[in-house]
Amino acid sequence: MTQKKLLRGVAMVGAGMSKFGAFPDKSSRDLFVEAYQDMKASMDKGLDPREIQAFYMGNFSSDQFEGQAHMAPILASWVGLAPIPALRVEDACASGGVALRQAFMAIAAGIYDVVLVGGVEKMTDLPINEVTKALASAADTQFEIPAGFTFPGFYATMATAYMHQYNATLTAFNQVSIKNHENGSLNEKAHFGTSIKDVYEGKKSKAAAQGKPVPTWQSEKEFLADPRGNPWIAWPMSLFDCSPVSDGAAAVLLVSEELASKYSDHPVFIIGSGQASDGALAERDSLTHVPSAVTAARQAYEMAGVGPNDIDLAEVHDCFTIAEIMASEDLGFFQHGEGWKAALDGKTARNGEHPINSSGGLKSKGHPVGASGTAQAVEIWKQLRGTAGARQVPNEPKIGLTHNVGGSGQTTVVHIFESRS
Amino acid sequence: MADLSLTSKSFFTALEDGRLIGSRCKKCGYTVAPQRLICPKCHADQMELIEFSGRGKLAAYTVIYVPPTEMQQAGYDGKNPYCVGIVTLDEGPRVNTQILGLDLTHPEQIQIGTPLSMTTIARGPEGAQKKYLAFQA
Repeated sequence: MTQKKLLRGVAMVGAGMSKFGAFPDKSSRDLFVEAYQDMKASMDKGLDPREIQAFYMGNFSSDQFEGQAHMAPILASWVGLAPIPALRVEDACASGGVALRQAFMAIAAGIYDVVLVGGVEKMTDLPINEVTKALASAADTQFEIPAGFTFPGFYATMATAYMHQYNATLTAFNQVSIKNHENGSLNEKAHFGTSIKDVYEGKKSKAAAQGKPVPTWQSEKEFLADPRGNPWIAWPMSLFDCSPVSDGAAAVLLVSEELASKYSDHPVFIIGSGQASDGALAERDSLTHVPSAVTAARQAYEMAGVGPNDIDLAEVHDCFTIAEIMASEDLGFFQHGEGWKAALDGKTARNGEHPINSSGGLKSKGHPVGASGTAQAVEIWKQLRGTAGARQVPNEPKIGLTHNVGGSGQTTVVHIFESRS
Repeated sequence: MADLSLTSKSFFTALEDGRLIGSRCKKCGYTVAPQRLICPKCHADQMELIEFSGRGKLAAYTVIYVPPTEMQQAGYDGKNPYCVGIVTLDEGPRVNTQILGLDLTHPEQIQIGTPLSMTTIARGPEGAQKKYLAFQA
């Protein structure tokens, strides 16, 4: 199917996020208010909230995590936006990216001119086994979960297929983790704002202070290869291959292209959007990549009229390190089977040829599932406006991409953004 | 097999009898597990129930050290991990399954392509156990 052209353009004129982490004293509303205020503060010419016409909220499961369904109107009224239409968009961990797409399409279609997009998840109130159960409901609970699968297990299973087919090594997965933690250490909003080196040095200092035997780790690779520091979760995925359970929210304001200059001196235009679905992992033709990502990326590239080599930086869905490697191939940055080598060669570092996850990614920034897709757009906003501070990608990036996955690939949504100044 | 329908719960009804079922499209011949009413390839609604031979090969796997509650209750933990994965049946479809009889002390030595045969494993509370799909090395 040929990709339809947009009836009119859409611009991002504000973007913000709460700090990501574990916040026992904050609910979804508090996190969302924090993100909304951060978004307003990011706007060059201010915002009269009465101009917002609709609210699309990405959220996976506030009903399971907080016992609160029907969250969108609550959040809208909490920041004084009632009676505008407010709705929750749910596609598991892709909820935030899909909410962005719904708002984008509504503006492109001419239904609204000014739309607020939110993403929110408050996960840490529940005990971890209940969090696991809630997350498992994003998989096939009739046929996958009863077999014994967990989410780390799905991606670990793809990792064994990938390693078998392409001779990839565990050190490639480790390198993704090292890079994303280093990027995250430069992001004040990150859940884990620490490099892997700081993590193991901290563990050594703690052991010394407690009079316990001090581990001998001398490098990040040595630490990550030691199950005493980095235990297996689902082989070949270890603890530091996995994104954390986080609380957090993000907010983005989209307007029609003709209104962009009214709100912003430096708007960021959304020039491409794609989304695709798929069945459970076992049903797919390939276990070594995510077919829905390939399809969604193709749609987005076609709409935007750009290709993988035009992308100056990407925020990809690294819920597990193998997921980032597969994404770097599914998005066309590297051939299938080459992504693991590219990671080892530093090609996805901030100063590499295809910078990936300058924010720290889900791995280090945190993964409040419904907020993650929206927060990816926040990083693109900062990077394309040159305001990412110490983690700024060099050479004035002009085109950015977000890749947000639900489940083990049952949903992927891809967006392409452009700075024109 | 007249006692089984193509609805999704029949998969587990059949497993209780030690049978692995799916469906085949009478129009295009596509075979799928678990069974469906509509062919996901050609969209025809002419699916017939079939029983698989129960032979297959390991397509991908993981060894789980942090199990969910149900698997903890079945006795698994970090010291006693289990293997779960995807098996390609000789008839073509792939299925999700627990995998038994492999040496889990060296996960890196598990070979993709290992021939496996279908069995079942009982899990669940005493007196209310159900049979789940498993493959044996």
